[in-house]
Amino acid sequence: MSVTITIPAPLRQFAGGQSQIAVEAKTAGEALDLLTSTHTALRRHLFNDQNVLRNFVNVYLNDEDIRHASGPDTPVKDGDNIMIVPSIAGGAVIESEVGQTLPELSHEEILRYSRHLIMPEVGMQGQRKLKAASVLMIGTGGLGAPVGMYLAAAGVGRIGIVDFDVVEESNLQRQIIHGTKDLGRRKIESARDRLRDINPHIEIETHESRLTSHNAMQLFKNYDIIVDGTDNFPTRYLVNDACVLSGKPNVYGSIFRFEGQASVFWAAKGACYRCLYPEPPPPGLVPSCAEGGVLGVLPGIVGAIQANETIKVILGAEGLLINRLLLFDAWPMKFREFKLRKDPKCPVCGENPTITKLIDYEEFCGVAPHQQPKPETKLDEISAVELNARRLRGDKIQIVDVREPHEFEIARIPGTKLIPLGHVVTRMNEIDPEVETIVHCKGGVRSAKAIEALKRAGFQGRLINLKGGITAWSEDVDPRVAKY
Amino acid sequence: MITIPEKQLTEIREHGVRDYPYECCGLLLGRFNPGGKVVTETYPISNAREESAKRNRFLIAPEELMKGERYARDHDLEVVGFYHSHPDSPAVPSQYDLEHAWPTYSYIIVSTRADQATDLFSWEQEPDRSRFNQEEIQCQ
Repeated sequence: MSVTITIPAPLRQFAGGQSQIAVEAKTAGEALDLLTSTHTALRRHLFNDQNVLRNFVNVYLNDEDIRHASGPDTPVKDGDNIMIVPSIAGGAVIESEVGQTLPELSHEEILRYSRHLIMPEVGMQGQRKLKAASVLMIGTGGLGAPVGMYLAAAGVGRIGIVDFDVVEESNLQRQIIHGTKDLGRRKIESARDRLRDINPHIEIETHESRLTSHNAMQLFKNYDIIVDGTDNFPTRYLVNDACVLSGKPNVYGSIFRFEGQASVFWAAKGACYRCLYPEPPPPGLVPSCAEGGVLGVLPGIVGAIQANETIKVILGAEGLLINRLLLFDAWPMKFREFKLRKDPKCPVCGENPTITKLIDYEEFCGVAPHQQPKPETKLDEISAVELNARRLRGDKIQIVDVREPHEFEIARIPGTKLIPLGHVVTRMNEIDPEVETIVHCKGGVRSAKAIEALKRAGFQGRLINLKGGITAWSEDVDPRVAKY
Repeated sequence: MITIPEKQLTEIREHGVRDYPYECCGLLLGRFNPGGKVVTETYPISNAREESAKRNRFLIAPEELMKGERYARDHDLEVVGFYHSHPDSPAVPSQYDLEHAWPTYSYIIVSTRADQATDLFSWEQEPDRSRFNQEEIQCQ
């Protein structure tokens, strides 16, 4: 097919001064290849080092952008006309990467990152972008572990970690950034050592504090991207709002039992967490991982997805999880995806935001200590030590354990009756209302719910909640009862 | 070298101040003469765009440029370059600008503040794409 290519005025000097050149080709891409093999000086102005059309160069086939057709494979017909039109870039000094000189890679680094460098999608330029980038991880738990390790390995130049916890035995089933030797150590120190071991070429900054409304903006200011690895709603809303207010992308992940979620909340480009969940769930409705459990490998999968998206944001890749909520269920091994839409009425990223500075997130999520418990529903409580004393005195009491049977198998308080929370109302007749009843679970939350449910169902006997559950019993009364 | 009348230089400066704190942009229309480029007209590109598009990295979309080229052709002119403003920053092209330019065209950058335009320089890309060279502006 004979097609005519119109050469833009400034490039004619590289095409022998001609304004139109005819070539025989089947596709638009072939036509450009033929043109630039005859006029080789033209090529570098149209294609980049990776042999891809420069992103400001647009090719029109009879007034249609070939990017909207089949790209270089768009077929051409006899007599077609191809036009080459640039887009004009601005100074756009607002964008962080503009005008910034990327750091060079040492020989050692080139060797280390060679599997990245040989892929054109990353290449030298991309690896230098990774080196220039900074990422702040909120939490070094289940999600933070793979996020930190993969980002460090990938060569992200500066990684900040925020955590205030110490490494406990029950963390090690999933938080693979910490090891048995780290038990009792501060998590930020243990994580820092592990990341330094993975990659000595990067900077690690530790922030030993709880993320709060007072320090979030200050902390976020110094990083390009924030990765949310938190396990509670107040911090999740705090991370979201602080990201929106500071214009940073929030790479989100969350996990529970066998299910995980991931997304990229970036208000400048799409929905934020509040567009998806304007209000937090009522306190206590969604159990924490400590209450509900979590499959150890799950945060590994979800955290790796977060690390993946973080790297893509840095590289400027397409196909980000923006306006997309990825849902993963490890048990049937299924991924699903929901489309998200930016909510114009969103209180923080919408058109008329009502949240313009950080608020009290504990209060917003209804978990502030002064909000709970409400006076009219105040529960009778007993400590593990008092309960033990009453048993030793020979008081007539019965103890109901509302945990699940598999938890009962791990550890139990002797002489208790097991009625899982879900059955407590239907099996109410098994509890003698004439005798005082102590109700317990692992930490005291489910047992409080069981008491409320029993009262609502009309149970007449006296119900007392064991403060701190079986965990407190193990700590304060009988260390032979295993903690889990 | 680029030759440009005082009137057109003033138009570019005024456009920059008008659109502050956003970037303004437009085409330079004229002719490629053997002795250099001669500008006879500026062609401002509408800035009535969405907030997000104003932050977009490409100030002039290909469709807009084609429209401008059609206008130029109808008036027996050519697009010889582009102008844009750098609000609160120097009138110097960035690495990003370099990667997104062609030789021969003139790229005029004007530095703007809220109440005035300060520096105005013209830049031309080296034919091997390695850098921008400052181009002499001859004012008529």
